[in-house]
Amino acid sequence: MRRAACSIQAGSSETGSDMSESVRFRFNVDGSNFTTAGQASVQVKKNLRELGIPADAIRRVSIAMYEGEINMVIHAHGGEAEVIVFEDRIEIILSDRGPGIPNIELAMKEGYSTAPDNIRSLGFGAGMGLPNMKRYTDDMKIETELGKGTTITMTVRF
Amino acid sequence: MKISDIKTLLDAEVVCGEENLDHDVYSACGSDMMSDVLAYVKDQAVLLTGLVNSQVIRTAEMMDMVCIVFVRSKKPTEDMIELARESGIVLMNTEKRMYEACGLLYTSGLVGNGVRHE
Repeated sequence: MRRAACSIQAGSSETGSDMSESVRFRFNVDGSNFTTAGQASVQVKKNLRELGIPADAIRRVSIAMYEGEINMVIHAHGGEAEVIVFEDRIEIILSDRGPGIPNIELAMKEGYSTAPDNIRSLGFGAGMGLPNMKRYTDDMKIETELGKGTTITMTVRF
Repeated sequence: MKISDIKTLLDAEVVCGEENLDHDVYSACGSDMMSDVLAYVKDQAVLLTGLVNSQVIRTAEMMDMVCIVFVRSKKPTEDMIELARESGIVLMNTEKRMYEACGLLYTSGLVGNGVRHE
């Protein structure tokens, strides 16, 4: 079975004022195969457990990232995922070069979905992805440009 | 109840995770939409579903579930079984349909609470 490519780095935070040590995980999300979607999230969950992160934070990060990964595969032919672990929070950055989101307000409505029917037959595409990502995280920022791609940054504090 | 009680109540066949049948479980949910499981389920340990693909196993793993029951005799694939083994999730299947399987477990004390109400 093909695995999500993962690289792990430890180093200083790059957020300027916050100089705490951070650990980063990077993944390429393969957009060609729905069956393998979610591998990066499963790996992140394992990595966070090994780091001793509180269980509730692990769960919230895992679910939000999993929804994001599924979205990237359904809508954007995959992309890149980065998870940065700080002393008091975890940041998840999902970037793709997909079609972009034409109407973010609409996309954030529960039940609104542009996923094709075949995705619904696989158990997804109920229009819960983005709302769910927002629900499980403390902060979510969406940057999107039509025809260029989307970057979603989420923060889970613990 | 224990996972072994679910096996008995549903006359189910255990596909993998036999070693975890002693695990205690208190609540369950039934759905074919993994989107809904990710959105509305909270702290349920058992998932009943008629959907068969790898995302069922990953969804259960994300939600910290410990047992998946496939209804209507649906059989998980080898890939799914491998994923479940890696995560220590019990897989079983039953001939019963979703409604009947959920009803049998519910009336035997496996509740559905924990679902988020807003």
